[in-house]
Amino acid sequence: MANGNGKTGLLERVRERTAEAVDRLRGSQFMESVFRPGSPFKKGYADSPRNRSYVIMNNVLYHLHPVKVKRHGVKLSYTLCLGGLSFFLFILLTITGIFLMFYYAPTAERAYVDIQALSTNVAFGSLVRNMHRWGAHLMVLTVFLHMSRVFYHGAYKPPREFNWVVGVVLLLLTLLLSFTGYLLPWDQLALWAVTVGTNMAGFVPVFGDQVKFALLAGVEVTAGTLLRWYVLHVLFLPFIIVIFMAVHFWRVRKDGGISGPL
Amino acid sequence: MTEIPESLLRRSAEAKAKALGIPVEQVLAEMKGEAPPTPPAASEPSEQTAPPAEPSPQEPSSDPAASSGDVDALLAKAAQVAGMPEALLRRSAEAKAKALGVPLVNVLAEMAGEAPPVGAEAPPPAAEPPAGAPQPAEAPAAVAVEEPTVPAPTGNGGGKVAAVVSPRPSVPPAGVPEGVRTQRLLTVVKAKAIQQVKAEPHDKVNTWPHLMLVEFVALLAMTGLLILMSVALQAPLLEAANPNLTPNPSKAPWYFLGLQELLSYFDPQIAGVTVPTIIGLVGFMMIPYVDRNPSTKPSDRKLAIMLYTIFLAGSATLTILGVLFRGKGFNFSYPWKDGIFFDDLKDWVSFE
Ligand code: HEM
Repeated sequence: MANGNGKTGLLERVRERTAEAVDRLRGSQFMESVFRPGSPFKKGYADSPRNRSYVIMNNVLYHLHPVKVKRHGVKLSYTLCLGGLSFFLFILLTITGIFLMFYYAPTAERAYVDIQALSTNVAFGSLVRNMHRWGAHLMVLTVFLHMSRVFYHGAYKPPREFNWVVGVVLLLLTLLLSFTGYLLPWDQLALWAVTVGTNMAGFVPVFGDQVKFALLAGVEVTAGTLLRWYVLHVLFLPFIIVIFMAVHFWRVRKDGGISGPL
Repeated sequence: MTEIPESLLRRSAEAKAKALGIPVEQVLAEMKGEAPPTPPAASEPSEQTAPPAEPSPQEPSSDPAASSGDVDALLAKAAQVAGMPEALLRRSAEAKAKALGVPLVNVLAEMAGEAPPVGAEAPPPAAEPPAGAPQPAEAPAAVAVEEPTVPAPTGNGGGKVAAVVSPRPSVPPAGVPEGVRTQRLLTVVKAKAIQQVKAEPHDKVNTWPHLMLVEFVALLAMTGLLILMSVALQAPLLEAANPNLTPNPSKAPWYFLGLQELLSYFDPQIAGVTVPTIIGLVGFMMIPYVDRNPSTKPSDRKLAIMLYTIFLAGSATLTILGVLFRGKGFNFSYPWKDGIFFDDLKDWVSFE
């Protein structure tokens, strides 16, 4: 009996101590400085309408989200979260892509060997490469489905016409990102898919040859093409798409938040 | 008046009832116009109590020939009184002098607290102040000075914009033409622009936690799906690139395969260019400007929905044809008989 009492006493004491320590940590100057007023990570956070507003308002998320959103907009069935998921996939692709960049050189001699080595010599190399590739396919899919969702809701109607235009540019940029990445493994699949793809671009009237030349840095797919597409893929296109995404998200808010309800 | 949804109205009525400590029914009755309003007890100051003043046009005092020494001395004093930098004060005094058409010294004297307000009733030309030093005693003060209790009203005189900065807004002598003195013009706003409320009331919820939670779950689900896929399915890597060895068939990435499929039916000049660029991009961008139907109700948009669905079904069909049903030489083939000629899919599906 006495034994049992002693045990619960110990447990209680441990629990108390832990709670105290956590409280002290959350109240420390460092944590106070990291989290702004209203953060749920702060000492003494209480769930209240005011604090719920503060969580967003005093947070970097305020750049993306207003404090309140239309009730129907948070239902998964309205947007299916497709725009948000496209954005999230873009972030995942950036992270996995940076990892791949550590092990890859865009030269005709090394590109293919580097990708091969990724699966054998690098911890998680194969997994990360797969995530990057399937993620890219998924992103094309989610962006396309997002566009379809927007169309079926008539969400491109005033005042959102221009955001639809921005969206079409985003779709084009997504396709270009995916297509430029396709060449980088420098295997037969990459080489010939890109040859077929750019042949289609070669049929542009009048300027066809010039367009093809600019795309390939030559008349056919060469090491020059590889370098050019690498730079487009890891630097130029991501830079541009981020700018367009910023405008896109900003307009979603300025056009009055999510459209609807239907 | 826009229609307010019943649920919103009720919530607002409840809040009001709680705040005022009266029954909800009373508030609702009042909102419906069936009862006199409860208690905005303190009467709001009515806005129109102070009619815009007619500032009498100032006749520029005949000749104030102020020496620059006076101006400097006054400026220094005024700056001290107002507690602001001389340069700023000077600029504001000049603006005021110009706006009122009075000499700079007068304005400065006023600002330094040595003279009654410049904006006061026009001095009879006879009572000419001695040129030079503005002496408070002799400066014209047409009206008895009373201690004012209220700060100056709004409204600026006639055609003039009262771009006036007074260093001492807190002690405006009364009897001064209103609107000329003791106020700062922040901006000129047309009343209508800020009062027209177009937004309709919406039923809203807090982003935190409601939206953030949904987003977080979606994000986790997507991460989980991607990791599972990447563990189960190996991304293709064929032999090293070889420009001298054309694989048969050569296929574009799947999102261009619908196009490649089209290309195989039409003259390349049409399918390779016109279809993707013109229709695909410009056409898509123009959708909001072509579809002028304002309704978002599906029942009002039968044509638009039908067209888009045809587009979706068409591109899906073409893509599937291109991915699965095209074999050697890009000829028709059956995946279950001839195998799959699409390397990204090799690891996904098999018919063995
Ligand atoms: C990289 C690609 C894209 C990203 C990351 C993206 C992201 C988003 C996000 C997060 C939203 C908020 C609502 C939602 O999640 O559905 C949104 C809304 C919207 N997007 Fe996109 N989007 C992309 C591409 C597109 C495309 C291709 C179009 C159309 C051609 C488009 C048109 C629109 C429109 C009109 C809205 C407002 C919808 C509404 O208010 O209901 N976006 N987008």
